Amino acid sequence: MSSVQFTVNGEKKTIDAPPMKRLLDVLREDLHLTGAKEGCGEGECGSCSVLMNGDLVNSCLVPVLQASGATICTIEGISTEGRLHPIQQCFLEHGGAQCGICTPGMILATHHLLEKYPQPTLLQIQEGLAGNLCRCTGYMRIFTAVQEAALANAAAGDLR
Amino acid sequence: MDESNQLVGSSPIRKEGRDKVTGRAQYVDDLSLPGMWFGATVRSTIARGRITSITFDPLIPWHEFTVVTAKDIPGENAIVHLAKDHVCLAESTINHCDEPILLLAHPERAVLHAAVASVKITYDELPGVFTIEDSETAIERAAQGDTSGVIWGKGADANLFKTYLMQKDQKPIPADVWETADYIVEGEYRTGAQEQLYIENNGVIAEYSATDGVTVRGSMQCPFYLVHALEVIFGLPAERCRVIQTETGGAFGGKEDFPSVIGSHAALLAMKSGHPVKICYDRAEDMAGTTKRHPSRTRHRTAVSKEGKLLAGEIEIALDGGAYMTLSPVVLSRATIHAPGPYHWPYMVVRAKALATNIPPHGAFRGFGAPQTLFALERHMDKIARVIGLTPEELRRRNFLTTGDRTATGQLLSEPVDMQHMLTRALTESDYHAKRAEFDRTNATSAIKRGIGFATFFHGAGFTGSGERRLNSLVEIDVTAEGWPRILVSSTEFGQGTNTILSQVAAQALQLPYESIVVAQPDTLLVPNSGPTVASRTAMVVGRLVQKAGESLRTKLRDAGGLRDGYSAAEFCAVAVAYLAKYGELKTSARYEAPDIFWDDVLYTGDAYPAYAWAVYVAEVAVDTITYSASVTEFHALQEVGKVLHPILAAGQIEGGVAQGIGYALYEKCVWQKGHMANNQMTNYIMPTSADLPPIHVYFEETPSIHGAFGAKGIGELPMDGPAPAILNAVEHATGIAFTQIPLLPEDIFERMTGDNQQPHFDASIAGPFFSEVGA
Repeated sequence: MSSVQFTVNGEKKTIDAPPMKRLLDVLREDLHLTGAKEGCGEGECGSCSVLMNGDLVNSCLVPVLQASGATICTIEGISTEGRLHPIQQCFLEHGGAQCGICTPGMILATHHLLEKYPQPTLLQIQEGLAGNLCRCTGYMRIFTAVQEAALANAAAGDLR
Repeated sequence: MDESNQLVGSSPIRKEGRDKVTGRAQYVDDLSLPGMWFGATVRSTIARGRITSITFDPLIPWHEFTVVTAKDIPGENAIVHLAKDHVCLAESTINHCDEPILLLAHPERAVLHAAVASVKITYDELPGVFTIEDSETAIERAAQGDTSGVIWGKGADANLFKTYLMQKDQKPIPADVWETADYIVEGEYRTGAQEQLYIENNGVIAEYSATDGVTVRGSMQCPFYLVHALEVIFGLPAERCRVIQTETGGAFGGKEDFPSVIGSHAALLAMKSGHPVKICYDRAEDMAGTTKRHPSRTRHRTAVSKEGKLLAGEIEIALDGGAYMTLSPVVLSRATIHAPGPYHWPYMVVRAKALATNIPPHGAFRGFGAPQTLFALERHMDKIARVIGLTPEELRRRNFLTTGDRTATGQLLSEPVDMQHMLTRALTESDYHAKRAEFDRTNATSAIKRGIGFATFFHGAGFTGSGERRLNSLVEIDVTAEGWPRILVSSTEFGQGTNTILSQVAAQALQLPYESIVVAQPDTLLVPNSGPTVASRTAMVVGRLVQKAGESLRTKLRDAGGLRDGYSAAEFCAVAVAYLAKYGELKTSARYEAPDIFWDDVLYTGDAYPAYAWAVYVAEVAVDTITYSASVTEFHALQEVGKVLHPILAAGQIEGGVAQGIGYALYEKCVWQKGHMANNQMTNYIMPTSADLPPIHVYFEETPSIHGAFGAKGIGELPMDGPAPAILNAVEHATGIAFTQIPLLPEDIFERMTGDNQQPHFDASIAGPFFSEVGA
């Protein structure tokens, strides 16, 4: 067992876990943050996406020891004080979520994309989300949601 | 609320959407019960044979585990669907790879993987039957006395789950039709298995108590199917088999029949261990061990006049059903009825069969047989056009069914159908003619060959034939303690929008705001059986019942509760609460009443479906002659689906279905090695990503149907039918090569464009493997 410290959604956490335990399992089992989902366990589907030091990572591929000292943001940390983040609001309004299992990862991937490209082109959206698989939507309404979120951000003057 | 306020046709926020975008929605693997253990499955490593020994590696502390074998099953060792041939746990005979043999449970999830690997099983292996042709050969040999290849049934049923003979007007095709036809065009078309690939794998949590019986929570489409399965496994009455659907992360048919297997397994472990037991498959186990779309082979023989009139058609369908019957007869039925497509046939004979193989059982997947036979038909129509020298458009125009015509089952199309207009509109929206001319002009000098093609098709909504009558669905609406209406149905939400559209329908029927409607979690102790959530039936059949139950709740409160016309939501609640206080319960219901339609299960004739959705899909493709990859560059989907209840959800259904159809056509291949799915990972089973899909343009025509809620017809499966043939028709336009099989991968294109089969000067006389022409 190792003792690992990191910050999750603004809170400092200390976890005693085997060093190779997957960050995904630590989040879900030890911290009860079940918004990150396991879809494939091999980094293909992106359902377990979280932000680690601002990077989008597949938490099923990150041994918890590697997260030592990191700042992690999960879907639970995206909305503040019960108010939806504009990305969440746009996914909700424009049909970006159907079954919802890919949605937390997709929203974090969008968050990451909009940090990099505040006003992304369609191609940048397609490539930016290509690591997050969705079997329900055919992605079209997700693209719309991302474009609307970018517009909302621009209107609010907040590029995040 | 104002009577004119139309909720149906607007796009309110998805009922459970807020929980989904915040990550608060609870899927089965997000749930934990006190004292819960974890379960795992020990599976066969061979496809066919007998178990000779099972040994447990002494390095594992087996006393910590619960081990379940077939001997622990208190009732029958059968997963019941249509028959009881499907064993829950193999006893000695193995019929497919990855067949469940033993179940293990332990308090720690992490130890299970090693434990499963430490159960050593030896076998007497027999040669497997892996393809449609293997199974047919075995049947032929059995007729000569060699039954070594018979893996299911015996005698006339050997290796045959089901056969159908469907003849239009119960008439065979007269010999003189073939003798005098200007052309006879033959073709053979094949489709592969396809994995549903819901992003949430199959999973359940089961509990058992001697007094209450079995309770299973999990990811599923049809809670009452699992109730029925548990009754047989445990020998318990239905009221002691409780099933609760949890938030379900995609299904597409893959959680129609399979939850009966995993649900029974977890319940057996719960009973023996005395703990709640969770089984959630990982991706590799889910892909290797659960159902897929049936592979198919469809042969066409068509008599056509030189004017392009279809004179007669013979269609032979063979489906690979896998090792057990599961739902294959019903899949085959839908395949059979859809095989003649939206065309008028003076004579039509369809012979269909579902065969047994030593492949894990194939099961439900969106479209349910129709995508296979419509792929064949719509490729064949392009071939006929080519052979007789008409455009694909003109051939179809000369043969479309129209209002007042009869389908191949003899069903009178009494509701308006206008495929001529649909085709005109789809070709206009897609700029088809200009694109076709442009590509013809530019392809000669380009390494990227571009093409445009289309498919015209229909999809029947609801259960086939007498199915809805047998389901006898029941819907109820009661009110909460606060006086809000609550919909009670077993119809499940798994992304397609059940909660939302049923709430819209109830709100409209009750003249209340959408937000005031509550949808109960599907729990078989609480909700009536409104039937399975399958077959594009929820909006149409269940929606109509919700509409009726809502209307009768309104009437009840008006007549017995004094609800006045023009009531507000607050007034409704006040009257409902007062009614509750006075009478103790306020609940109305609506049961399915069979419309005045006739279906004959024996002759396979009559009204096959209450209503059909009609569609024209147009695909544009680019085939790279350097990499040999084909991609779809634009997609146009036009459909007539009755009243569109929720435009955003409806378009989302079409786009998602088209994406799955593009995957079916160009990317998704199940690679079988001795009956085991070799590419059972997302790494090497390729579904479309956001970077692979073209713009998908969706258009609706709305002709309200008398059968559905506020005129709605079924929509969910339709978009799976059209993309594959439209895409291959476009690939033929781009390359001149008539591909007849999906998935069509770059290696297939490479082989045809570079190998001995190279056809630089493609023309009709080499249009495919079978072509003949008589009397021309």
